[in-house]
Amino acid sequence: MSFVSKPRFHHPRLPRNSLGLTRRDYEGAMSTLCAGCGHDSVSAAIVEACFELDLPAHRLAKLSGIGCSSKTPTYFLSKSHGFNSVHGRMASVATGANLANCDLTYVGVSGDGDTASIGLGQFAHAVRRQVDMLYVVENNGTYGLTKGQFSATNDRVSVGRKGQRNAFEAIDLAVMAIQLGASFVARGFSGDKDQLVPLIKAALTHKGFAFIDVISPCVTFNNHYGSTKSFEFVRDHEHSVLATDYVPYHETITASYAEGEVIDVTLHNQCRLRLRKLDSDYDPGDPVGAVRYIMDRQAQGEVVTGLLYLDTGDEDLRGKLEMTSRPLNSLDEDALRPSPEVLEAINVSLR
Amino acid sequence: MSPDEHRPGAGANAPGTHMRPTDITDPQYFHKVVDCQWACPAHTPVPEYIRMIAQGRYTDAYMVNWESNVFPGILGRTCDRPCEPACRRVRVEDKPVAICRLKRVAADYRGDIEHLMPEIASPNGRRIACIGGGPASLTVARDLAPLGYHVVVYDRDAKGGGMMRSQIPAFRLPQSVLDEEVDRILDFGIETRFDTDVTSLQSVLDEGYDAVFVGTGAPRGRDLQIPGRDEVAENFHIGIDWLMSVAFGHTDTVGRRVIVLGGGNTAMDCCRTAMRLGGEDVKVIVRSPFEEMKASPWEIEDAQREDIEILNNHVPLEFVHENGRLVGVTFEKVRPVYDDTGRRRLVPTGEEPAFFPCDDVLCAIGQENHFPWIERDIGLEFDKWDMPVVDRVTFRSTHPRVFFGGDAAFGPENIIWAVAHGHQAAISIDRLCEGRDLSERLAPHVTLVSQKMGMHEWSYHNMISEDQRYLVPHADKALALGDIRMEVELGFDERLGFDEAMRCLNCDVQTVFETGRCIECDACVDVCPVDCINFINNAPEPELRQQIRVPALDESQDLYVSDDLPTGRVMVKDEDVCLHCGLCAERCPTAAWDMKKFLYHEAKAQNQRLGP
Ligand SMILES: Cc1cc2nc3c(=O)[nH]c(=O)nc-3n(C[C@H](O)[C@H](O)[C@H](O)COP(=O)(O)OP(=O)(O)OC[C@H]3O[C@@H](n4cnc5c(N)ncnc54)[C@H](O)[C@@H]3O)c2cc1C
Ligand SMILES: Cc1ncc(C[n+]2csc(CCOP(=O)(O)OP(=O)(O)O)c2C)c(N)n1
Ligand code: SF4
Ligand code: SF4
Ligand code: SF4
Ligand SMILES: [Mg+2]
Repeated sequence: MSFVSKPRFHHPRLPRNSLGLTRRDYEGAMSTLCAGCGHDSVSAAIVEACFELDLPAHRLAKLSGIGCSSKTPTYFLSKSHGFNSVHGRMASVATGANLANCDLTYVGVSGDGDTASIGLGQFAHAVRRQVDMLYVVENNGTYGLTKGQFSATNDRVSVGRKGQRNAFEAIDLAVMAIQLGASFVARGFSGDKDQLVPLIKAALTHKGFAFIDVISPCVTFNNHYGSTKSFEFVRDHEHSVLATDYVPYHETITASYAEGEVIDVTLHNQCRLRLRKLDSDYDPGDPVGAVRYIMDRQAQGEVVTGLLYLDTGDEDLRGKLEMTSRPLNSLDEDALRPSPEVLEAINVSLR
Repeated sequence: MSPDEHRPGAGANAPGTHMRPTDITDPQYFHKVVDCQWACPAHTPVPEYIRMIAQGRYTDAYMVNWESNVFPGILGRTCDRPCEPACRRVRVEDKPVAICRLKRVAADYRGDIEHLMPEIASPNGRRIACIGGGPASLTVARDLAPLGYHVVVYDRDAKGGGMMRSQIPAFRLPQSVLDEEVDRILDFGIETRFDTDVTSLQSVLDEGYDAVFVGTGAPRGRDLQIPGRDEVAENFHIGIDWLMSVAFGHTDTVGRRVIVLGGGNTAMDCCRTAMRLGGEDVKVIVRSPFEEMKASPWEIEDAQREDIEILNNHVPLEFVHENGRLVGVTFEKVRPVYDDTGRRRLVPTGEEPAFFPCDDVLCAIGQENHFPWIERDIGLEFDKWDMPVVDRVTFRSTHPRVFFGGDAAFGPENIIWAVAHGHQAAISIDRLCEGRDLSERLAPHVTLVSQKMGMHEWSYHNMISEDQRYLVPHADKALALGDIRMEVELGFDERLGFDEAMRCLNCDVQTVFETGRCIECDACVDVCPVDCINFINNAPEPELRQQIRVPALDESQDLYVSDDLPTGRVMVKDEDVCLHCGLCAERCPTAAWDMKKFLYHEAKAQNQRLGP
């Protein structure tokens, strides 16, 4: 852990966004994670994405559970709202917060332990309910914070640091999210920000539940030879299916691609995603095909990355519950209290 | 060697080809990263002595300076400080570290140094003449005497110091400081022949010296031949002659209204001196626009602080006199016009000439070399500007035993250049006497040592100070103007000196990258506060400069390029605004980055005598 604080000096020619802020203005406290931890790169990618999206930090809430990954919200967006909940319970806090105040952008950060073990039930229902949030799992196949036990996402073939065998089958959270009805599912790698940053930008803009499984190596407990969550393994076995370019609505797309290789998708804020197929067999609109494809590749020892599944048509939780479009905390007495006539009508209907 | 001519470390990056890995074994690569040291003509290890000041090790700090620049107390007050505009802090925030004033802190608070002086070797039988007793000659004497040379210093003045004594006013440089540092050298057993005007080089050579060093400076002030000049001779003074006559006590008054012509440092010393000798209305009047004045900005500030008016864009036309007495000067008003190539011409505005009344004129429009005492038939060649032909590396003239340095070599510069020349000339003289090839020079002495002490502990202070440059306290203005010997700048006290020292970024603690250890986890990229570090596909330099996180527009600052990494990319670090905070090394899981202190010492005559 570094004891010095990060100097406030930044590059004199650092670009500014439309709010007049630099990327540095989106940072948080100095990280206390191990040097080289993949999670720090994910934080940096979130910082970059929020900067590029011109997001006002005070309109964003970051939520997390417990784990090294769940500590990271402290290390980005120091001017945002934050809630560091208990182990595996981030999803329900996010659900509640989202229902109470739909005006904020919600970013949940969790770990593979936090989500795939103790929080699996919470996770499943946040997906099903389509809570409007970005849910990031920083997936390192291990419980980093508690010193390196296998987590439920660790591949069966992946051995421990001292050669220990892993007895259990792995949960693929991305596949699970597609099956449970998430409307945006992607997989990234902390060591590839060129891919990760546009994915985060798209996910932050997406309305509904957006899930990104980010493989984020634990340099201390799971970055050895024989691990399938190491920098080296992921670099060697990564198979990117779809390159994602995030196009702000005021920009026109200039690059030209071969017919059929490009899919343009318009997001809720009129921005577009330009998806370039890196594998012509892949259709990110077909959940069954996507799951089959991912599992096929997985069986061949490959790790499929990129935007895996996207459905911009589904409603989010508040739509499903037919809730008011106003944040609940802004509703005053008049709006909340039924008139005597309405109350009477309800009572009559229940008699 | 002029630093700018050297493009270190880069190897031959042929146009259109990918960048080669940086050769960090070239001592000039990391030297150049230490902007201040690179810019210092004597290559003083600046950050090394600044750290010592922060640690209260003033004596050590003084000695680091003394080895490099010989006159820390003098230079700590008067240096032209080319290091400061070069200081990285200018690029990072705004104002440089007050390097020069910290040098003075070392001199002001140091302890006894007698026991640290070099031992004087027994006489080696060689005799060296130094003509002129200024900083250049004194440096030659300082370097050669300890090696056993018998050095004889000639000067027409009664004491050593050259223009440091005859020109620089006592309110900028107290005589005690000057005497002490000059005498320290003379105490090395130097034979002095002061009050001796050398009128023939041949006659000096005839005395059988093994080598002669000419350090006679640029002693002639430029005259201004415009109408009225001869008629007002009584009240027209050449600036440097006048300053000398003040310094030596021959002049102690001046008229109430004084006009100083010229915009350089001599003009600033003239006007400030005039204010102390009874001048009440003192004006500096320059031809050029204010921004182009040659004087150092701080000297201009000091003059203005003493209520001296500076008028620009006025070209002197005529000295106006009545009954044989100067009554004023008329000027043509001009404005600058720039042509396509950026060259400036002064074009008359067409307004009426301006007249300014005055009682005395001080003319400070330039200085020249003058060698009437060097015979032109003794094998010592002069060029078409009547300057001796001098080699820029060896400082030897076309006469095998005659060397030049300081202002005498290539025209007026300043003390620190004179010192730098003196060191090099001493090396050449020693090689000559030892029968070695003069053009072969000893490599600098460099060390590169890791500063790692623990996981995230370094043996330097890597917390970056965000303080702004501290101002040096000044003496009360009324008192200072009333006493020509009263030093205006009071210097930092220890507390201010410490705070200012902490502003130094330790640019000599280098970021050293070991390609084989890197796992490309991006930790250093993410943590670097100033976005120096990149992992990127290699490309020709101009493209790389554009493609990195923040384009590297300052081409005088190098890119540090690694070997190819496992992903096929390279690490590219833009040295430009690196804070040397060490966070890259702290956040690196494999110690691919390390912070290593790079100490660079220019070779001196003494090193080559000890060497093989
Ligand atoms: C007004 C003024 C202010 C200055 N202020 C600064 C400053 O603040 N900082 C700075 O860095 N530089 C300053 N300089 C410049 C600096 O003084 C010179 O660049 C420096 O002193 C040059 O050193 P030198 O050893 O080459 O010769 P000098 O210092 O010029 O010494 C030459 C000596 O040779 C002697 N000499 C010459 N001819 C003969 C001869 N024939 N026989 C015997 N003796 C002879 C002269 O008497 C003189 O003592 C200033 C210059 C002037 C004019
Ligand atoms: C209720 C509860 N049970 C167990 C723990 C102990 N614990 C802390 S972090 C952690 C696992 C974290 O793993 P993961 O979410 O993958 O985070 P990582 O540290 O790997 O980023 C566990 C089991 C706890 N803090 N609280
Ligand atoms: S233990 Fe692993 S996950 Fe936790 S901070 Fe260290 S490297 Fe990161
Ligand atoms: S910050 Fe310090 S080491 Fe760097 S250039 Fe300035 S004075 Fe020199
Ligand atoms: S020392 Fe390292 S982290 Fe600090 S500014 Fe320089 S490159 Fe960046
Ligand atoms: Mg984990």
